[in-house]
Amino acid sequence: MNKVYNNRAWWLILPMLLLVAFSAVIPLMTVVNYSVQDVFDANTRFFTGTEWFKEMLNDPALQAAVLRQFAFSLTILAIEVPLGIGIALIMPKKGWQASVALILVTMPLLIPWNVVGSIWQIFTRGDIGLMGWSLRELGYGYNITSNPVDAWATIILMDVWHWTSLIALLCYSGLRSIPDAYYQAARIDRASKWAVFRYIQLPKLTNVLVIGVLLRFMHSFMIYAEPFVLTGGGPGSSTTFLSQSLTTMAIGQQDLGPSAAFSLIYFLIILLVTWVFYTAIMNMQKDNNKGA
Amino acid sequence: MSASSSPKTPEEVRQRAAVADNRRRRKARSAPRQWRRRGLMAAYIVFVLLPVYWLLNMSFQSNNEILGGLTLWPENFTVEHYAKILTNASWYMGYINSITYVLMNMLISIVVALPAAYAFSRYQFIGDKHLFFWLLTNLMAPPAVFLLPYFQLYYTVGLFDTHVAVALAHCLFNIPLAVWILEGFMSGVPKEIDETAFIGGYSFPRFFVKIFIPMISSGIGVTLFFLFMFSWVELLLASTLTSTGAQPIASVMTQTKGASGIDWGTLAAAGTLTILPGIVVVYFVRNHIAKGFALGRT
Repeated sequence: MNKVYNNRAWWLILPMLLLVAFSAVIPLMTVVNYSVQDVFDANTRFFTGTEWFKEMLNDPALQAAVLRQFAFSLTILAIEVPLGIGIALIMPKKGWQASVALILVTMPLLIPWNVVGSIWQIFTRGDIGLMGWSLRELGYGYNITSNPVDAWATIILMDVWHWTSLIALLCYSGLRSIPDAYYQAARIDRASKWAVFRYIQLPKLTNVLVIGVLLRFMHSFMIYAEPFVLTGGGPGSSTTFLSQSLTTMAIGQQDLGPSAAFSLIYFLIILLVTWVFYTAIMNMQKDNNKGA
Repeated sequence: MSASSSPKTPEEVRQRAAVADNRRRRKARSAPRQWRRRGLMAAYIVFVLLPVYWLLNMSFQSNNEILGGLTLWPENFTVEHYAKILTNASWYMGYINSITYVLMNMLISIVVALPAAYAFSRYQFIGDKHLFFWLLTNLMAPPAVFLLPYFQLYYTVGLFDTHVAVALAHCLFNIPLAVWILEGFMSGVPKEIDETAFIGGYSFPRFFVKIFIPMISSGIGVTLFFLFMFSWVELLLASTLTSTGAQPIASVMTQTKGASGIDWGTLAAAGTLTILPGIVVVYFVRNHIAKGFALGRT
């Protein structure tokens, strides 16, 4: 669409801008302010420059948390993206089954995040949880409070349960926008099921998949409530992700300077990845416009 | 490929035979394939429902039954936990508080996002691309980063422990999301409609309210659904910015941890009740939700 050049459009944006500025810019400035100072109390503070940033970047506990975070985000993306595409392909397209399937598939997305943690805590306990109890009956000594492997596997399973639906719904809407004529043409050419997927369905899905991967990446990078309720970050610190480290530091220990520096590093990592995705989306839209 | 009535060359004869053959084989294979499809779908739905069933199962059992041994369904069916939640003000106020700030946030977000999304979808202006990216970055901001500054900011301006504080805090990610989704839906409306209306003598506000908003009503419905969803599930900010006056249900649920262990039955019942509003809301937008998840861009 050809847009008209008109700077009066700013007036339409202004109310939104003021509100978002109030809830984003002012707090962010506070964080920047703290990150370069050492605050003792309301009246005593020293300028420290980049000291907190150096300290945070060299902190082995935080480096480990960053690595864990990336390992977690990449693992869940590797599982949820193919699984979500698969589910979108087999979801019923018409009739009451389609409505029922849509509502049931959407359900996990609408459960408050700490309740998701509670659901899985109840589900996986060895004494009263169906999954924990079944695994123990089968002879596996399943225990998420003492075995890091079990804790990791459970958190990943929980995230797959919670968020695969998002990818599935995105792909489902992408698939529904493919005209029937494409499939008929493929049938005439005796295209195999794989060829139909590779050359008709997958190209249509790239657009929604970029959005899906973007949303999944950023949400998994901010994950807090679910592992906090389920494992509390343990055993040890094996499932302590970035948000939890930060919250402990900022609220628990009241280390304003270091936690502010950490916040900014954390935010910058997300920003960098987002920028890559955003550029990709914009280029794709440009290509689409050229094609149309 | 021609579709004339009689094949002329041997090549054409062979091709037609191949198509017919393929169709026959497809038909023969399609029945088991259909069943395999349904089986896989059913398996996924069972995977989704099983943990929720377990929550439901526990919510109807007494705590003695829960701790006494594993039972696959409630043997002594009881609604005592639900009765406790629905008659105790400290419990049910949690739900009312949560719903209050969610509705406030939905209202604020949609009102400011509608004109902004229209501007992004119809006009070019200085800094539009940068502004849009900046909005997007707010969607990506980890709530944990904003925890402390929010706490101090709202404490200073005297909004701490009010519904407004949480509603405003959730604007951080909900306004950008609303702008993003609405922009997608609005770009699907042909621009000629605006131009015709302006030529026909409509003023901008009148055109926007009388013509444009009804045209994208399904998009607005879906946007409201998403605003509801993200405000309803977010808890870190909501519980940090409140203490007792506007406490969301999530923080009330931590009451179940007592000196004698966790009150599993009440925790399960409270959890079940948090799922219900979502199911009610999703029912209304079920036909548009798929498009909404693609941010109106399919």
